Amino acid sequence: MSFWDFFRRERWPHIFCPGCGIGMVLNALWKAFEETEQEPEKWAFVSGIGCTARAPAYMRVDSLHTLHGRAIAFATGLKLGNPELNVMVFSGDGDIASIGGNHLIHAARRNMDLKVIMINNGIYGMTGGQLSPTTLPGLRTTTTPMGNYDYTMGTAELVAHLGANFSARWTTAHIVMVKEAIKRMIPKEGFCFLEVVSQCPTNFGRRNRMEDPRKMLQFMKEHSVHVSRVGQLGAYFEEPVFVVGTFADRDRKGYVARLREAGYFESF
Amino acid sequence: MRRMMTGNQAVVEAAVRAGCRFFSGYPITPVSDLMEYMARRLAQVGGVFIQMEDELGAITAAIGASWAGKKSMTATSGPGFSLMQEGIGYAAMTETPVVVVDSQRGGPSTGQPTMPSQGDVLQARYGSHGDYPIAVLAPSDIQEVYDLTIKAFNIAEALRTPVVLLMDAFMSHMAEPVSEGEYEILERKVHPPGPVERPYEPGEDLVPPFPVFGRGNLVSVTGLTHDEKGVPRPEDNRVHATLIRRLFGKFERRKDLLEDVRTMGDGRRLVIAYGMMGRLAEALVDRGYRLLRPRVLWPAPTGPLKREMAEADVVYVVEMNIGKYSLVVKRVAEELGIEVHSISILGGRIPTPSELEAMME
Repeated sequence: MSFWDFFRRERWPHIFCPGCGIGMVLNALWKAFEETEQEPEKWAFVSGIGCTARAPAYMRVDSLHTLHGRAIAFATGLKLGNPELNVMVFSGDGDIASIGGNHLIHAARRNMDLKVIMINNGIYGMTGGQLSPTTLPGLRTTTTPMGNYDYTMGTAELVAHLGANFSARWTTAHIVMVKEAIKRMIPKEGFCFLEVVSQCPTNFGRRNRMEDPRKMLQFMKEHSVHVSRVGQLGAYFEEPVFVVGTFADRDRKGYVARLREAGYFESF
Repeated sequence: MRRMMTGNQAVVEAAVRAGCRFFSGYPITPVSDLMEYMARRLAQVGGVFIQMEDELGAITAAIGASWAGKKSMTATSGPGFSLMQEGIGYAAMTETPVVVVDSQRGGPSTGQPTMPSQGDVLQARYGSHGDYPIAVLAPSDIQEVYDLTIKAFNIAEALRTPVVLLMDAFMSHMAEPVSEGEYEILERKVHPPGPVERPYEPGEDLVPPFPVFGRGNLVSVTGLTHDEKGVPRPEDNRVHATLIRRLFGKFERRKDLLEDVRTMGDGRRLVIAYGMMGRLAEALVDRGYRLLRPRVLWPAPTGPLKREMAEADVVYVVEMNIGKYSLVVKRVAEELGIEVHSISILGGRIPTPSELEAMME
């Protein structure tokens, strides 16, 4: 599958800013699909609202660009409506961790058979760079002009604690690990979550003396620490730090299997 | 054969009969038992049931299942119906068939959880932001709950639209015999498997065939203003106007499905009532009143309203709210120069026919 088999060339140019990390994740996604010989017809992508949420419309797959925060709930219905379909949610941190937090929590708790890639740029990029629940302490956003005094949400850690089958966090500075994590998620049942910390030079870097995306990548690299060194509570550090690595990799039964056991899907 | 059913049971039986195989809900009085009954019933027929984390998730999961090709529905009451409005707007914009039951209770806010009301009659029509059409049905007895639930699915499928079935707390739990006769069941037009270039290109009836996910149609669906290819075009005024006018246009072409009223009696005093109040007002027909009872409230039955009002000297609109549907009737009556009286009943106690007649004098 070539790059242009997976993406809709006729929809180029895309809306993403120069230096945005979303393209890097899309590239990793395509490579993961290519290396594992996925057929795009067997996948459906669901997204909410925000920059990242616009990405599935550029893929040659069935895609549903939905309401702010509700991507995981839409995807839940889609998956249960046709369990043969592979369903991936592709959206941002504002969408999934903030307004969609409740759906994230309960899909993870149910071990719903979905793959979720949450691109975490630490702000609301599309609406102009406001604070998000994943903004690191001290950094500037348009709604925290004196620097962020809010505590940060450890989304990948949360998902792991809820019993999901897979949860990991990497950054775009570890793009090979991003691809490997996607490959790990593809064949797994249950809820699989990947958080990718990513750069937004336009609305984040610019306000934090990192307007050059290379500076942001450098910042992510320097401020990343592997989970094996700090443990799962690393996210509660009060310094800007990205805890990277795999937080959960289990093989509990997925929701579809449990529904089948309960007696749904087959008439009697 | 006739079976005793409550309103909530009749919804479930009729939905299953219409081909509904997906339900997502969230517990709320007075439809919790609808959901409980559905959880068991869908297991018997090979369907899927999920209790979601909230009503935002309930409506959106139902829409998601519809994109997998399933006939799907949810049910709620006032507070949950408010939360579902964003999903209803999304279904209208993306043209997703889905049925929403709103069993009305007294509001605003938590209000009167166990008491009947018709306070959501305008919310059902205009609750989501922006310009969109929607079909709203109001049964007056349990047989009609059954019949109109099937009709709700038929409208949803034929027009690719969300449809609201408005019940109330009383009707949800009232039991009556229902006969399950012959029904025409409509199915949505779908694209054949394989890539589809212009998924929103409408047919004669202005309804585009439905691209079921997972059949290689490879379509991108969005709640943003989109052209016939499904490409977001949010800043193109013509694309937006064309899309919205087509949504309204497809409703105008299906008057056969959407114009549905019952008329009784032949006096010069016309009573207009719907749902539970329609049933109450039937008792006035023997007392010399003419009755117009819309079963489809929205789109508003302008034609029948004009016809019946032309035969009347005075019009009463009886409803269990502050007088919401009377606004619709007054708009039509103004053209004819007829006097319209709003009979507004609040609090959830259903008056006797004599009490109602006294209110009208």
